[in-house]
Amino acid sequence: MRMLEYSVVTVFFVLLSAASSAAAEYPTGKPAVLLSGNFPCSNCHAGMTPDPARRSLTFHPEIKLKEHGEQRMWCFACHDAADRDHLRLADGEKVPFIELHRLCGQCHENIYRHWKAGIHGKRTGSWEGAKQYYLCTNCHNPHSPRFKPLAPEPAPIKPVNTLRRRL
Amino acid sequence: MKKNLTRRNFIRLSALGIAATAAGCSKGTAWDDFFQKRFQEMKPDEIAGFLKKLENRYAGTYGAPFSVKATPAKEKVVFGYGLDLSRCIGCRRCVSACVKENNPSRDVQIQWIRVLRMKKGEFNLEKSEPYYEPETVPEDGFFTIPVQCQQCENPPCVKVCPVKATWKEPDGIVVIDYNWCIGCRTCMAACPYRARKFNWNEPVIPRDEVNRDTHYLGNRPRMKGVVEKCTFCIQRAREGKYTACVEACPVGARKFGNLLDPKSEIRYVLDNFRVFRLKEELNTEPKFFYFFSIG
Repeated sequence: MRMLEYSVVTVFFVLLSAASSAAAEYPTGKPAVLLSGNFPCSNCHAGMTPDPARRSLTFHPEIKLKEHGEQRMWCFACHDAADRDHLRLADGEKVPFIELHRLCGQCHENIYRHWKAGIHGKRTGSWEGAKQYYLCTNCHNPHSPRFKPLAPEPAPIKPVNTLRRRL
Repeated sequence: MKKNLTRRNFIRLSALGIAATAAGCSKGTAWDDFFQKRFQEMKPDEIAGFLKKLENRYAGTYGAPFSVKATPAKEKVVFGYGLDLSRCIGCRRCVSACVKENNPSRDVQIQWIRVLRMKKGEFNLEKSEPYYEPETVPEDGFFTIPVQCQQCENPPCVKVCPVKATWKEPDGIVVIDYNWCIGCRTCMAACPYRARKFNWNEPVIPRDEVNRDTHYLGNRPRMKGVVEKCTFCIQRAREGKYTACVEACPVGARKFGNLLDPKSEIRYVLDNFRVFRLKEELNTEPKFFYFFSIG
């Protein structure tokens, strides 16, 4: 649920919207990676030769592909090998992290359609006016997107010595 | 006892007594409260003064400035709610957000949302479990269904109220005038969704937990002996905001919007997914729609 926690502290109304039309169309919080302190990735990766080999990552041990095409995909299926501060669509187009929904939407087309309509995922703000979309990675870990189980809030207190009426 | 209290003197004395009581109370609260009009019959200037009085009273009780609004319904708005049962995991985040927003009693616990757990493969409200408490959710073999006021278009609770203390607003929200409620609980008996709760005691809300942004027909603190229920966060919804439960849901299962707006989220739900309403056969016409976005 770490990603979920990020979403809570996410600063809404991202200023990057001027740079991209899609971000203005779907005002979102920043994706987790932009808040993590690791960004921009080119700080380290600029001088490194991209290694496409499938391996366990020593510097990013938290990144493990799990239940997300681990047999088919590896870093450069989504990340741009030449420009590490961007993602890469299947047709080679570079997209900034703030528009990562376009990347995810390539495979998850149904979900993408529902997300655009405000059904998949959640939005906050106004039901009739300005709202903030949550980006895919504000709730899902992109490398292991299935939700982790969550501790529930305490149960209501059971009334004692009363005949319990059921719904 | 001598019979020196003549009929004439008795009448004189009682007249004096009544006058004294009236004089004592006319600036105070008891007299005003007793002769308060129905909220729906008040004129706008009367409402303003009345709300001011309430604000002062609450400010005194909770030791901080209070706002009691009476924002009216917007034109061409009827609120509808969607809840995605294929997403809900039963974490009760909606319940705690609702409690934080809506000022229900804390010492005797009142909650407007009940999350019912049921075995997968059957839909039997009789066998549902609201007190489930596993380490983590979702649980294998179970699904959860949150139930709150369904804001019926044909509300049985409104029909049975003997004093018209509860009614359906033009934007479809069923509200209660707590000042007018006599606490007979007939509405609770009439509600097939168990959505209404009764204040058996004077509700206690800690000062640091009270939400001081309130609506007269919604989340202002209640008193002993009145019924309360979910109002779709009337204090938020009428200001254009999503309800507290919508904003709290970690899986985005809750959808809220204007049923009359073809571009709203709730209309998208109705147009695109399998939808059902609880106890549809009772003809209550709920505006709370359960749907499945997967499968």
